[in-house]
Amino acid sequence: MPVTVRLPGALRDAVGGDNKVSADGRTLGEIFADIERRHPGFRERVLDENGRLRTYVNVYIGEADARQSGGLDAPVPADAEVMVIPAMAGGWR
Amino acid sequence: MALTVERVRERVRGTILERVGDTPLLPLRSFDGLRGDISVKLESFNPGGSVKDRAALWMVVAAEEDGTLRGGRTILDATSGNTGIALAMVGAVLGHAVELVMPDKVSLERKRMAAAFGAAIVLTDPLEGTDGAIAEARRRAAEHPARYAYLDQYSNPANPLAHELTTGPEIWAQTGGTVTHFVGGVGTSGTVSGVSAALRPKGVRIVAAQPAEAFHGIEGWKHMPTALRPAIWNEEAADVHLMIPTEAGLAMAHQLAREEGIFAGPSGGAAVVAALRIAQSESGRIVVLIADGGERYLSTPLWE
Repeated sequence: MPVTVRLPGALRDAVGGDNKVSADGRTLGEIFADIERRHPGFRERVLDENGRLRTYVNVYIGEADARQSGGLDAPVPADAEVMVIPAMAGGWR
Repeated sequence: MALTVERVRERVRGTILERVGDTPLLPLRSFDGLRGDISVKLESFNPGGSVKDRAALWMVVAAEEDGTLRGGRTILDATSGNTGIALAMVGAVLGHAVELVMPDKVSLERKRMAAAFGAAIVLTDPLEGTDGAIAEARRRAAEHPARYAYLDQYSNPANPLAHELTTGPEIWAQTGGTVTHFVGGVGTSGTVSGVSAALRPKGVRIVAAQPAEAFHGIEGWKHMPTALRPAIWNEEAADVHLMIPTEAGLAMAHQLAREEGIFAGPSGGAAVVAALRIAQSESGRIVVLIADGGERYLSTPLWE
């Protein structure tokens, strides 16, 4: 069952303008890889050149901060909602 | 009648708010091969810990003077943090209730500091960012006009006026009139607009820095091409516009701590990156404003 990934305004252009996308995967890394397959370029917006979450990107799996539960290895339950937001607020539409 | 330095001083006499402004200006020592000399103005020395103390104080006193705060109205504004902390502190001292609208998931320090000063906090959808908080503040102000004094830092002329009458003249005096460039980040744009009004007529070149990306991590700055445009922003207030990548700003924040002993937030690091770009090609005395300190981001991944 696909997972819903909710995105902030400033990332929506990376997935064709939607505020959420569906993706398959059992871990956060697999989910990002699935989005990248369908929307090339997404991955580099959220991961750095070493393949880690960019310092200024926070990801929540449900209410849990993904950094505290394994980063890209964090397990994502089938019914979970994933949310990607900047770690610091700055203003975007 | 427009607010004056004397009127603001009189209003805060004998309180901690007397310490807003007159922040230190220090030369950077660890960068070689530059044509220009860079000095940093450290706004973390304000009592509320950021440059936003200036705008908050002036907006509140202006609202007292023009009657916006009459009848025990509550100060309301949308903020990603520093303005909220500053308004909460000013409200605590001057006896006004404060309600702040901010995106959920802003750093814990911000929420707790604002609450420590007694402010009420309304959290909005983190996916809508600061612009979502602005929309909610507007909605509340429109729905309850008798309850709130909506200060709207993005449109309030007292915001740039604070910088025109304090930040700009301080820099002029601290450099003995030798400043040639001012570098500041653009969020509400109050700092750049106000300092520009004060120093551009004296021949100082104004450099406005923005995040290079729409999805960025420079707290307090706005990527103007994609953000809600502040009413007080005018591109023509600056001679040069630079776009700074978040990663470069964060790396500079680390470098400033290790090599200069200056613990700056992400926007301070990014502003210094902008100043370095200018100093590589232009000579003169470049002043760059560091808006806050790094300790305000300890709970974020920045310092991990």
